[in-house]
Amino acid sequence: MEELQKLTIQVRRDILRMVHKVNSGHPGGSLGCAEFLVVLYKSLMNRKTTFEMNGHDEDLFFLSNGHISPVFYSVLARVGYFDVEELNTFRLLNSRLQGHPTTHEGLPGIRIASGSLGQGLSVAIGAAEAKKLNNDNNIIYSLHGDGELQEGQNWEAIMYASAKNIDNIIATVDLNGKQIDGATDDVLPMGSIKDKFESFGWLVVEIENGNNIQDIITGMQKAKSLSKNQKPVCVLLKTMMGNGVDFMMHTHAWHGKAPNDDQLKSALAQNPETLGDY
Amino acid sequence: MKKYTYTEKKDTRSGFGAGLAELGRTNPNVVALCADLIGSLKMNQFIDENPERFFQIGIAEANMMGIAAGLTIGGKIPFTGTFANFSTGRVYDQIRQSIAYSNKNVKICASHAGLTLGEDGATHQILEDIGLMKMLPGMVVINTCDFNQTKAATIAIAKYKGPVYLRFGRPAVPIFTEENQTFEIGKAINLTEGKDVTIIATGHLVWEALQASEKLFEKGISAEVINIHTIKPLDKNAILESVKKTGCIVTAEEHNYLGGLGESVSRVLASEHPTPQEFVATNDTFGESGTPAQLMEKYGLNANSIIEKVNKVLKRK
Repeated sequence: MEELQKLTIQVRRDILRMVHKVNSGHPGGSLGCAEFLVVLYKSLMNRKTTFEMNGHDEDLFFLSNGHISPVFYSVLARVGYFDVEELNTFRLLNSRLQGHPTTHEGLPGIRIASGSLGQGLSVAIGAAEAKKLNNDNNIIYSLHGDGELQEGQNWEAIMYASAKNIDNIIATVDLNGKQIDGATDDVLPMGSIKDKFESFGWLVVEIENGNNIQDIITGMQKAKSLSKNQKPVCVLLKTMMGNGVDFMMHTHAWHGKAPNDDQLKSALAQNPETLGDY
Repeated sequence: MKKYTYTEKKDTRSGFGAGLAELGRTNPNVVALCADLIGSLKMNQFIDENPERFFQIGIAEANMMGIAAGLTIGGKIPFTGTFANFSTGRVYDQIRQSIAYSNKNVKICASHAGLTLGEDGATHQILEDIGLMKMLPGMVVINTCDFNQTKAATIAIAKYKGPVYLRFGRPAVPIFTEENQTFEIGKAINLTEGKDVTIIATGHLVWEALQASEKLFEKGISAEVINIHTIKPLDKNAILESVKKTGCIVTAEEHNYLGGLGESVSRVLASEHPTPQEFVATNDTFGESGTPAQLMEKYGLNANSIIEKVNKVLKRK
């Protein structure tokens, strides 16, 4: 647990330093999902230690809301998919760490390009179908933004997954209630996302504090126990955008904005180095 | 000159169905997906023989493209089947990000391309799909001309690793290429040798080009007909070799002249061997309802149109 806390704080520092250096990127949603991705990669997923990318015989993760690439890159590097020094190249010319994740540059750990929203759940379902055909009992995890659910393709996929009993998928929605233009309830209110998933035939697990490591572990273990039972499983992860940096919380302002020098200094002071900066 | 005949007409989509069925028996990694058009795509035999490897997606093409991309991650070779319109324009961003940019080994198989879809009209008759697909980096674009070639192409693309767009059609057309031929992606096929004009055709227009060349021959004009089944990568050497001999060219396709085969040929000629060229293609227009033959006549996509353009281009030599 202490190890997970330390890693989370280091991941926050990575996110802040990455977006600050290039004065671009998406720190808000990245910080909100730091605990989740740390738990997923460090203690939940059954992953091969060889970092092969053939997709066989291990759990797989798909990031659909690709703009939170800073947290994804940081966690992938910190668990060993590539050298943490490479985080220095985020969003730079000739980098493997593109603004949004891609397989195009061959970065280990990335299995699909994402960024244009709403496509990841379909891809995850395809990977889940392949696992079934291959008699591979591992699980497919995916992460989606709540605003992203406004894209219609999600609902094609949500309908398909329950109709076809895709029960080896655990799709998590980052419920931070915010999107670029403001609160999701102001931009396009979606009503109860829980009710929507349930009415489409999914099992739903709610994690009330999606920035609490213990709550995430408990919730995800429950989700895992519900899987392989004829129904797809959805986790509603209630997070705080900008979590861990006081001035980035309770606002959507940091969705796609980098901190300036002073703001970085303040943000890093709130998250003292734990495992060593890259 | 070499003459081509036929004893039977069949739709190219049935060639796809036959090829897919053969793949079902020979390649355990091949899977098929369809968005509620199994009968139209002739996928029944594959499904009957391999029900566990078939995915009925319903009327949800965007989801189908994403699922196909995901299936490749477990080592499968997905073949998606729906009409050309719903295989391309409707799902362009899904193909662009999840398949092309992600370099996934998906075979996008598109039936009912072009005007010959017929009576359903312009909502279903896409004439822009070759352009859309060839613009995507890394996408192979193939448009086959008859049953045998479509069957061979379907089998061949399973062996190629990477995204492919395979375009075919609805109506029964003459079978004039060899049964059990070997299909080589990107390799043009010279059908007739000629010295006066090169006719480069793809898809349903290949047979029309052969008909045109026979009539031209009777009038003393020797046409070299080349079957370009692969629009990307384009066999530019075959094109250049031919025009160096003939000095003029007509391109023929069931597609808008904007973004089609003709423009791809123009680019090669402009940069390597400027040559007078005329286009048999639709002229920046939508289609409409009608029988395939009526539509091909009205929009200038048959043997007579090819002859007209040949006469025009000969004067520009």
